Amino acid sequence: MTRGHVELAVRIFAGAVVLAPLASCGTSKSHVLSTNESQVKLRSIQTRAFDTTDREKMLRTVMATLQDLGFVIDSADETLGTVSATKLSGYVVKMTVSVRARNESQQLVRANAQYNLKAIEDPEPYQQFFAALEKAMFLTAHQVD
Amino acid sequence: MRWTSATLILSTALLATLAIPSGCTTSIPRGALAMSEVTLQQRQLQTRRFDTKDEKKILTAAAGLLQDLGYTIESSAVPVGMIMASKDREAVDAGQVAGAVVVAALFGTRVAVDSHQKIRVSLVTRPVPEGIALRVTFQRIVWNTDNNISRLEFLDDPAMYQEFFDKLSKAVFLEAHSI
Repeated sequence: MTRGHVELAVRIFAGAVVLAPLASCGTSKSHVLSTNESQVKLRSIQTRAFDTTDREKMLRTVMATLQDLGFVIDSADETLGTVSATKLSGYVVKMTVSVRARNESQQLVRANAQYNLKAIEDPEPYQQFFAALEKAMFLTAHQVD
Repeated sequence: MRWTSATLILSTALLATLAIPSGCTTSIPRGALAMSEVTLQQRQLQTRRFDTKDEKKILTAAAGLLQDLGYTIESSAVPVGMIMASKDREAVDAGQVAGAVVVAALFGTRVAVDSHQKIRVSLVTRPVPEGIALRVTFQRIVWNTDNNISRLEFLDDPAMYQEFFDKLSKAVFLEAHSI
């Protein structure tokens, strides 16, 4: 094997190593409309129903809960029923929570969050968030199918 | 093997890939969205109650105070009692700079030190049976002299919160009660 061949082999190997992890992440534009988990499964992880008709109280309690969890509230919109917040603790967690009427007696609360550069799709952090929220609301958070 | 520029670039890329997979796999620390034993303590530190039913008056005074403190209001939602503001300032720490100078003198290596910061604050009001409660929370992002983020932190100094509420109390001509 000549020196040229060795150099070529090294380059191909290095190239393969460089590209392999990138393949699993897709192209950067693919993130615009992407989700990893199935949408249905993710929605069920991120959604709970509360037995209340008071949407404003729900929204205010969401903000209070986020503050309890160390977030700074970035924005809120009472018409859309959304609250966005950021937690900084050596990492960045960004979260949006929306509240909308589900039927005549319930409010549907949907939360989605990202940790640094990644969407949180693990059920546990959402379970913890809703556990904190139901404690603050003095109401049970019902799983929605 | 000669170190051509191409091999140099490839080697650098190879090193860089060590960092890439971690960006695709890291997950949120356990308990990041859970209540903890300090939750209640923090809530007390960051909340005061004012003897008034006028939520708008408290929010207006708080917005004025944020401006007095040099913050830019970024967003607000008065019907649900929320104001968010931020300010960009220097973050040079004399002790840290002195340390970097010592390291440079002893080892000849340059150490990046904190350079500037963005302080973010949100305040949320809510009606309570005895008046209006206001909770304020501060956090900051600090960049170093290499323009890399050196700190992402919650600000929890009790004296800072006390000072904020003392000022707010003066602005609304009302006593700020602990909850």
